[in-house]
Amino acid sequence: MTAQGPKREEYDVAIIGAGPAGLAAAALCARSHLSTLLLDENPGPGGQVWRAITSTPVTVKSRLGEDYWEGARLVKEAQDSGAEIVQGATVWSLDREREIGISVSGGSRFIRARRVIVATGALERPFPIRGWTLPGVMTAGAAQTMLKSSAIVPDGPTVMAGTGPLLWLLAAQILRLGGRIDLILETTERGNYWRALPHAPAFLASPYLLKGLAMMREVRRKVRVVRGVIDITASGDGRVESATYSAGGRAETVAVDLLLLHQGVVPNVNLAMAAGVKHRWDEVQLCFVPLLDRSFASSIVGIAVAGDGAGIGGVLSAVARGRIAARAAVEALKPDAIANAPPMAELHAALARADRGRAFLNVLFQPPRQFRMPQGDTIVCRCEEVTAEEILDSVAIGATGPNQLKAYHRTGMGPCQGRLCGLTVTELMAQARGKSPEEIGYYRLRPPVKPITLAELASLPKTELATRAVVRG
Amino acid sequence: MFRRSQEDSRKPVEIFVEGEPVVAREGDTVSAALLASGIDARRATAVSEALRLPYCMMGVCFDCLVTVDGVGNRQGCLVPVRPGMRIEIQKGKREIGR
Ligand code: FES
Repeated sequence: MTAQGPKREEYDVAIIGAGPAGLAAAALCARSHLSTLLLDENPGPGGQVWRAITSTPVTVKSRLGEDYWEGARLVKEAQDSGAEIVQGATVWSLDREREIGISVSGGSRFIRARRVIVATGALERPFPIRGWTLPGVMTAGAAQTMLKSSAIVPDGPTVMAGTGPLLWLLAAQILRLGGRIDLILETTERGNYWRALPHAPAFLASPYLLKGLAMMREVRRKVRVVRGVIDITASGDGRVESATYSAGGRAETVAVDLLLLHQGVVPNVNLAMAAGVKHRWDEVQLCFVPLLDRSFASSIVGIAVAGDGAGIGGVLSAVARGRIAARAAVEALKPDAIANAPPMAELHAALARADRGRAFLNVLFQPPRQFRMPQGDTIVCRCEEVTAEEILDSVAIGATGPNQLKAYHRTGMGPCQGRLCGLTVTELMAQARGKSPEEIGYYRLRPPVKPITLAELASLPKTELATRAVVRG
Repeated sequence: MFRRSQEDSRKPVEIFVEGEPVVAREGDTVSAALLASGIDARRATAVSEALRLPYCMMGVCFDCLVTVDGVGNRQGCLVPVRPGMRIEIQKGKREIGR
């Protein structure tokens, strides 16, 4: 199966990312008779949460949990809606004129849309511990991807470390599929429970509590859990061989073959930022989020950001946000078709329901400082192999922010384009300079937001617009 | 490090890693197939030749770079396997954006 590029040059609406928000938005737009293009980088639709929903070899439904299978309905809705869905399509640029650079099967081209909904979702927050670049150290999300798309599970001595609901969900899924987990190192700070308390009433009324507790019980029956872990180091020669951790005033070393790290997810902001969408620092979620209005419209006319890319809200929130952004597009482009779409008030009510309990989780699972701002020779930038102390040394001799830092160390200039170091660099520099992360800012991002080959650039149609888009980068 | 669940009944797909045949499954990505096979798929970084394996499996970290059918720097975690596909492990060459 080779991926095919989009059929047309222009669409009413282009949606980037076929996760919950993108699928919901595409279905609503297409049903309202807007020409709709849904672009997604992965081999199949679903995003991270419903990854491989149309192809997973895991057929016993209870293994992945009922929430996973909810995705099938929305995928079908999008497929039946008349939206054009292109998988295997990497979007590497987006500009103010809503021109989109796409790479499919090694060839690049541009399309245009009157409205763009960026639904690029979330990625795992950087978890820079000593040794996190060693082979055999992976994100929990990586293990979950393998589990969902290929029914592949951890086999040797496996340790999971970090904080947040996904850690427990993944542990449960691995165990149900017969995989191995030896130990879970919980890093949630005790103080977070007290700080989250004011948000507890809404949380108690949300479905999160019961589901979460059931899952934790299920996992704890089978796996040893150490709480209050304040330090983790991965060591080994050429690959991870052991993990050393401290908790309750004691240090312990365990043999590991696989160390899975997770401390929550943060918006994947690269495309929206490169397009010029204004962002702000979120003090609670500890990440940059786009500035959006109630319909998720951004600071750039015609570009909206929906789903977790607009700030972490989870799957139900993403669906509601996708529909709200889509309805706004229909209102603007085809007001006479608006009767086909659910009323805005209904969509906002669904969003409010989905967001109930989120504030509690946001505070409870705020990752500890030492795991966000590492010290010494811990690598911060994986691509260019730059350590925390190298970054602090640069601050001492005059680097004022992430963009100046590039001149000293090439941080953020490797292929991941800051996705795995950006937040760490911002927080480290903010702390060192006694400023807020908002004041320090983030890497200035430019297209292409994903590396493309020179051959691809050369093969681009030489319209003036196309040339300008590339040269400007 | 990893193994396949018995529940997986997808069709086998033969690929070649450094010339050696490896059995993947239909729908695997290259990186998933490599990790499940147990062969040493560590690549070396361009900066210090440190060894790496896939970290994120979702297209973010670029620690999964492989040569696929002669084309370098493909993200193995995003490329689905095809019968007869030839994979080479990359050792330290920086060719991003080549
Ligand atoms: S494993 Fe991270 S990009 Fe492929």
